[in-house]
Amino acid sequence: MSGPINWFSQIASITKFGLLSLPQRRGAVSATLIGIAGVVAVLVGVLSMAEGFRKTMAVSASPAGVIVLRSGADTEMVSGFSRDQTRIIGDAPGLARTDAGPLASAELFVIINLPKRSTGTDANVPMRGIEPSALRVRDDVKIVAGRMFNWGKDEVIVGAGAAREFAGLEVGSTIQAGHLKWPVVGIFSADGGVAESEIWTDAKVLQDAYHRGDSFQSVYARLATPDDFTRFKDSLTTNPQLNVKVIRQADFYSEQSEGMRRLITRLGVIIAGLMAVGAIFGALNTMYSAVASRTREIATLRALGFGRGAVIVSVMLESLLLALIGGTMGALLAYVAFNNLHTTTMNWQSFSQVAFAFAVTPGLLVGGVVLATVIGFFGGLLPAIRAARLPIAAALREM
Amino acid sequence: MHLHLVWANLKRKKLRTILTLLSIVVAFVLFGLLCAIKQALVGTLEIAGANRLIVRHKVSIIQLLPEAYKARIERIPGVDLVTHQTWFGGIYQDPKNFFMQNPVVPQEFMAMFPEFVLPPKEMQAWLATRTGAIVGRRTAERFGWKIGDRIPIQSTIWSRPDGSRTWEFDIVGIFDGRSKSTDTTSLFFRYDYFDESRRENWGKGLVGWYTVRVKDPSQAAEVAKRIDQEFENSPAETKTEPEGAFVQAWASQVGNITLIVATILAAVFFTILLVAGSTMSQAVRERLGELGVLKAIGFTNGQVLGLVLGESCVLTVGGGIVGLGFALLLASHGDPTGGMLPNFFLPTRDLVFGFAIAVALGVITGLLPALQAMRLRTSEALRRL
Repeated sequence: MSGPINWFSQIASITKFGLLSLPQRRGAVSATLIGIAGVVAVLVGVLSMAEGFRKTMAVSASPAGVIVLRSGADTEMVSGFSRDQTRIIGDAPGLARTDAGPLASAELFVIINLPKRSTGTDANVPMRGIEPSALRVRDDVKIVAGRMFNWGKDEVIVGAGAAREFAGLEVGSTIQAGHLKWPVVGIFSADGGVAESEIWTDAKVLQDAYHRGDSFQSVYARLATPDDFTRFKDSLTTNPQLNVKVIRQADFYSEQSEGMRRLITRLGVIIAGLMAVGAIFGALNTMYSAVASRTREIATLRALGFGRGAVIVSVMLESLLLALIGGTMGALLAYVAFNNLHTTTMNWQSFSQVAFAFAVTPGLLVGGVVLATVIGFFGGLLPAIRAARLPIAAALREM
Repeated sequence: MHLHLVWANLKRKKLRTILTLLSIVVAFVLFGLLCAIKQALVGTLEIAGANRLIVRHKVSIIQLLPEAYKARIERIPGVDLVTHQTWFGGIYQDPKNFFMQNPVVPQEFMAMFPEFVLPPKEMQAWLATRTGAIVGRRTAERFGWKIGDRIPIQSTIWSRPDGSRTWEFDIVGIFDGRSKSTDTTSLFFRYDYFDESRRENWGKGLVGWYTVRVKDPSQAAEVAKRIDQEFENSPAETKTEPEGAFVQAWASQVGNITLIVATILAAVFFTILLVAGSTMSQAVRERLGELGVLKAIGFTNGQVLGLVLGESCVLTVGGGIVGLGFALLLASHGDPTGGMLPNFFLPTRDLVFGFAIAVALGVITGLLPALQAMRLRTSEALRRL
């Protein structure tokens, strides 16, 4: 008996024995399967929350998009510009332009209280005053219900995420902000981006409602090409009339999502790591009992000339197979339970709510199955070695 | 009880016992850590005083209220004490070093919040130093601040008359929390210094929110209503609610943490229940013959039941104690995320709860095999030998 083909046929026959005995051990086997599935589901579920939050922030950024804030301000909340300053920013070189002027929108950002649908408790919902050019700066914004607000009137449109998560934002309802009551006239989408968590109105009307005079907090603009960033930035930062900082949208949003992402990812990894250790113990138990219940078969095969290597590989194969099945079950469970699950959380930078959906990405699914494989590997290794080391004579005597 | 029999049975398959025990240990380490995480995220809920109300601007917490409201609120029947705070939004060195700094009126403030404990000498120093600030133990230790240090903090919101946003505070006191769950990460400084030094026409005379202590907690809802009525139709209308409701709303903005934690815990325990249960029933099945012998020599049904239940409870309670011990050890090292969960610790309440779960787990996993063993007919069992 020699040669790789023979070796493979040995492995195949031992593995077949093992698999055929699975139904007899269904208690332990299903406990292992569910254990591994649980680990993978929790890992994928928790990380999909971080991933979904990141995605929402990431799609908000177009490569040519820039945000201008007062120097030293990390968020729009604490930034501020006069009308003249926003004009200088709009006239700077490097911005995309149309017949209607530069693609730059000076904006105002405030927070209002609205009850969360899920809990009924008050939440900070961001409200933004925009200029007409805002819709050309952010070309992914579409009205999906009702109509656009009329410029100069105290009307608002509401992002789809905000309308879903907070009560009282249906078309036709009214919200209170500043000293005014604002009718909701439309719902808009923005490719799932962060703008969908916001309420929009005319910046001029919002200025009056909040006694802000003719001041703004940020300028959202679009560059002619992404490469114009340095030219645009340098012309603003060297202008003595201004004291600003210029950030690419992508950097701005990734900065805002970083803390939350880090928190979720770290905690998720700690939890899933511990669970994985627990699952390895479970798998070890299952595989040891599998080996124990097959002592005689394995000894017989070894007496017939089957090699130690074949025994090890086949026990490992069985363990890996169980892990793969459990891991796939867990990944599917996480997909069904979490993918596209809508929720909101706090954007700590702006103290306001961001609506987002859990995103179970292919990468996370693969990662989950890989984790399951690792569990199966370690859960099978020691029992496989024990099986291979069985003293043949003693084991046969048990018959 | 026949503890030596329980012990002998556990030793019969040492490896299996150890592996089962280890998976139970891991489960309880997880339980402990999740409780600590939950404590860190929603722990402040418990701090809320039943006799305290929060008064804020009706439209949003970021809109300020006139300082003059204080006198008007004080005159409302049922109000015992009023004090205010304002969000300063400061950064110490790096935005990642987040902690709260608020200007307050020292005496009122310390009377309102007895959970902050400050030595009387340091209180005197604070009253005597206009630029004085007190800081919580946790933050003081984090940055190595000592009494007498002068700390520069950049405000993201408030600038001084010269346009600079750097404010310097003299640390005159370090406060502790009355209980373990008190948040001691904040810094408080004097409102009079703040109000005099902030720039004209940029919020002067305005404050963030008021905390009101009511004379009788059962009247809290009434008083809250009266306060809101007092400011109805004024430029700054108010919304008054119990401190607990306010904090809860704040926590639920972060996300439904309790639900997420509970879901993970349920998944973990369900899994362990399965593993431990299947191990236990396997162990009993292997021994049906022996259990028959025990019955034949005069063990009662109850004793056999106790034997099997005892075995499962020793496993889960032993594993539970070790696991909770580990979790306690890990949690005592503090925040595992590097500053994002400052109030990270394992409350005694959760330890007790964990122990109860361990006992319950032992009973649940042992019950089926134990019943099986109890109902065993002696003659039938002996035939298996």
